[in-house]
Amino acid sequence: MSSCPDYIIEFMHEYLDEEIPEEHKQELKEHLQICADCKQHFNELVKTVALVQSTSHIQTPENFTEKVMMHLPREKKKVGIKRWFGRHPILTAAAVFIIFMTASVFASWNQDDNFSVTKNKNIIIENNTTAVVPEGKTVEGDIVVKNGDIRIEGKVDGNVTIINGNNYLASAGTVTGEIEEINKVFDWLWHKIKDISSEVLQLFNSDKDAK
Amino acid sequence: MEDIVKKRIKEVRKGDHNAFGEIVELYKSKVYQLCYRMLGNSHEAEDIAQEAFIRAYVNIDRYNIDRKFSTWLYRIATNLCIDRIRKKKPDYYLDAEIAGTEGMNMYSQIAAEGMLPEDEVTSMELQALIQREILNLPEKYRSVIVLKYIEELSLNEISEILDMPLGTVKTRIHRGREALRKQLRHI
Ligand SMILES: [Zn+2]
Repeated sequence: MSSCPDYIIEFMHEYLDEEIPEEHKQELKEHLQICADCKQHFNELVKTVALVQSTSHIQTPENFTEKVMMHLPREKKKVGIKRWFGRHPILTAAAVFIIFMTASVFASWNQDDNFSVTKNKNIIIENNTTAVVPEGKTVEGDIVVKNGDIRIEGKVDGNVTIINGNNYLASAGTVTGEIEEINKVFDWLWHKIKDISSEVLQLFNSDKDAK
Repeated sequence: MEDIVKKRIKEVRKGDHNAFGEIVELYKSKVYQLCYRMLGNSHEAEDIAQEAFIRAYVNIDRYNIDRKFSTWLYRIATNLCIDRIRKKKPDYYLDAEIAGTEGMNMYSQIAAEGMLPEDEVTSMELQALIQREILNLPEKYRSVIVLKYIEELSLNEISEILDMPLGTVKTRIHRGREALRKQLRHI
């Protein structure tokens, strides 16, 4: 066989790949008729292929599909949301904004539990926990009290917001704006959202005005 | 079949989880077969075949619906098998032995119980031997031989699955056949 041209073996593989040109096929045929070695080689190849093809079908394990389905990540929903975001960029921006804001609001809610109050010369602090608007005094502007109480004996020309505290309005005291007590995180959140959305609205409006 | 599959894929993309179950049913046998012949042990084969379907599901949006789904799926499965083979290279021969003995043990068990006629027992021995020789092939020949003769795919499909020029696929099949011939010629 060592005396045989290499291309004979090539032709055998072309034959096995079912891609043999007619003239190669003819030449291979003629050669195999006269060369016992190549004929044997060829028969061995044919047998090898037959043996590999004869391997029986292996049964797929039981419950294969169920197992796959059980292990599928719940990714699909996320993918759906992702796609939805892709289609609604403005809403996406809004959603991201809200999420971001919520996180920061929560952070600020948790972070400072110190008593604080809007600075104003007409507000007096009692016991470090109570803001007092004394009788006969007028506070011009809004007051925000955090983690403490407020007692209003005088006048407030604006809104009063009390976060995590109580508001005592004396009979003589007056508040021209709204009084809002916020004692839960979600109230606080809602309050923040209202604030920010009105800011956003203003932004849009001023944008329109600019145009 | 491809048409049904594409319909199901569109449903999966819309979020219909169950439509994917039908796809798994349609292809599980082919994919498992491929993994089993590549890896030679049923545990690993199941593992990798499952992984292939899970990856197909996760990446379903990346599948180009204009192309044949099976090609894409086989590509995922083949790549996972190749990765697995490369990772466990030091155990290469050990695994081949195990795969061989797996069949042998089964054979001797059945033979002891005397439940099968002789020719079937012989065929099991032969099966184990062939499988062992497939596993003894270097991975680059093994994948083409398995895709060609176990999965019965065309050379063009194999070239697409392996992302390899047709010429390379042919050369590897030729070499794979020659290597197997040397091992199996005396049977
Ligand atoms: Zn010759």
